[in-house]
Amino acid sequence: MIGLVSYIVFFLILSLIFGIAVLGLNLQWGFTGLFNAGVAGFTAIGAYTMAILTGPARDAVLGGFELPFVVGLIGAMMASGIGAVIVGLATLKLRHEYLAVATFGIAVTIQLVCLNWEYLTGGTLGLIGIPNPSKAWADGPLAQNALYLLVVLVVVGLTFAALERIVKSPWGRMLKAIREDDIAAASLGKSPERVRLEAFVLGCMIMGLSGALYVSFIGYVSPWDFLPIVTFQIWTMLIVGGSANNRGALLGALIVWGVWTMSGFVISRVVPSEIQAQGGAMQAVLIGLILVVTLLIRPRGLIGEELHVSRHARS
Amino acid sequence: MAADALLQLRGVTKRFGGFTAVDAISFDLPRGVIGGLIGPNGAGKTTLFNTVAGLTRLDEGEVLLDAAPIQNLPPHRIFAEGLSRTFQIPRPFPEMSVLENVMLVPLGQSGERFWNNWLRSATVAREERAARARADEIIDFCRLASVRNDQAGTLSGGQLKLLELARVLMADPKIILLDEPAAGVNPSLMLTLVDQIKALNRRGHTFLIIEHNMDVVMSICDPIFVMAQGRLLYEGDSAGARRDPAVLDAYLGDLP
Ligand SMILES: Nc1ncnc2c1ncn2[C@@H]1O[C@H](COP(=O)(O)OP(=O)(O)OP(=O)(O)O)[C@@H](O)[C@H]1O
Ligand SMILES: [Mg+2]
Repeated sequence: MIGLVSYIVFFLILSLIFGIAVLGLNLQWGFTGLFNAGVAGFTAIGAYTMAILTGPARDAVLGGFELPFVVGLIGAMMASGIGAVIVGLATLKLRHEYLAVATFGIAVTIQLVCLNWEYLTGGTLGLIGIPNPSKAWADGPLAQNALYLLVVLVVVGLTFAALERIVKSPWGRMLKAIREDDIAAASLGKSPERVRLEAFVLGCMIMGLSGALYVSFIGYVSPWDFLPIVTFQIWTMLIVGGSANNRGALLGALIVWGVWTMSGFVISRVVPSEIQAQGGAMQAVLIGLILVVTLLIRPRGLIGEELHVSRHARS
Repeated sequence: MAADALLQLRGVTKRFGGFTAVDAISFDLPRGVIGGLIGPNGAGKTTLFNTVAGLTRLDEGEVLLDAAPIQNLPPHRIFAEGLSRTFQIPRPFPEMSVLENVMLVPLGQSGERFWNNWLRSATVAREERAARARADEIIDFCRLASVRNDQAGTLSGGQLKLLELARVLMADPKIILLDEPAAGVNPSLMLTLVDQIKALNRRGHTFLIIEHNMDVVMSICDPIFVMAQGRLLYEGDSAGARRDPAVLDAYLGDLP
């Protein structure tokens, strides 16, 4: 029983952390139509920033600041935001598929930097010993995880509330208009460049926040946590849940992460040990399958978009 | 007349590859008029609108709005200078409601600044209520009340033309360029449309209208500009256009 509860707590923490990244992507793709195929790169920036800011001193590696958790979260968002400004200025003029290719390439580059810039990232081994704030407040793994779940829930709640407010504002209305027809929007006085950059940067900051929560929970960060498969998972979560709907984004995270972990469990039990090594690939295929089935049966995801932006537009 | 020209074109030229769609067009549109821009299909009228509104870069020439050059500004800045246009082929925001297609338009909404939605939320709410009230009026005026809360993508062709008009009216610009406002709109509505354009004109809006419906053009437009093959053939009043041999030859000749 305790085992099950611990497992559920663990599962919820990870899926909600994913959910935050999905919320960030939803702002970019769901509301603004920006095809960011480099989600993993921006979560990586947040994760490493958190690790550097809050982690212990290390030999020959930047660190030892041991700043508080909340400072780490804010720093992570700022670092991802700065990265997004640079990337955004360089790429947001590109149209969909080109933007996708460019951001994908950037994320791969970021991952390679994580792998190789040892002074900053610890290289292949990554950075270990990242403090989990719940350990100072609770005893025993279950209580600690339950506490961390609470922290994650608070962050998810705040992020969700802030996003709901901002997408249901005149600003959010511009995002949608630019998504639907940027030429018409520009002809009606909206600046697609400015609005796209704002949405991109804000979305990437939220992805950074997700990465930061992840490392504090896991306690270490390594380049292998930010492979393109992560971007793929986050995209699937958004499509399954329903893009342009923040509730859908969170629901998609729960469902897809649920399928991912359960399939991992089943594969570890059922699949003969000789081909266990291919288990990850099987999981990826399964996720791909869910994506395709969703696109075929419910192209708008489980929860669709709401018609009105402004509460003053409801009759 | 030139002294109070609201819109001035000076040698405006637009080429697509080797093809000159708009060929050194120059004219002045006085403030307060309803100008008509006519000419056969493919004459370059829409292309001229696109260049003036900043949607395509012109290759040569100058466009002045209230004596200030606007030809190098991006479209949203030109709109902010007070020039707005409708599209011949409507460009709605299909997944937004008709109401929000219209509420989007006002310039400088506080809520378009990210932080104001937290720091000045009362102002944002007040502006939204005002925008809603005004949008409702315009929607009624454009006979779109019955589809106010429908997705714009579900509207009929004629309704989409009206939505184009509604959005532009919401902007309250100095000059409105209408690209075939009457096309696809039913005849009884067309009469109201004409009345409305006149009424808006009396309230100080200047218009430049591309229109193939000669009844509309002849009844409300003065001056009239006639284009064919990218060039300006004629500029003057409607009676003169009817008598001008080049115009008759290029365009009006085949009319009853
Ligand atoms: N983007 C483009 N690329 C190449 N050629 C173009 C482009 N846009 C317009 N043209 C050409 O320019 C010419 C003028 O087109 P335009 O749409 O301005 O005509 P129009 O006077 O508005 O005609 P209509 O009355 O049929 O709307 C046409 O021959 C058209 O094929
Ligand atoms: Mg045309």
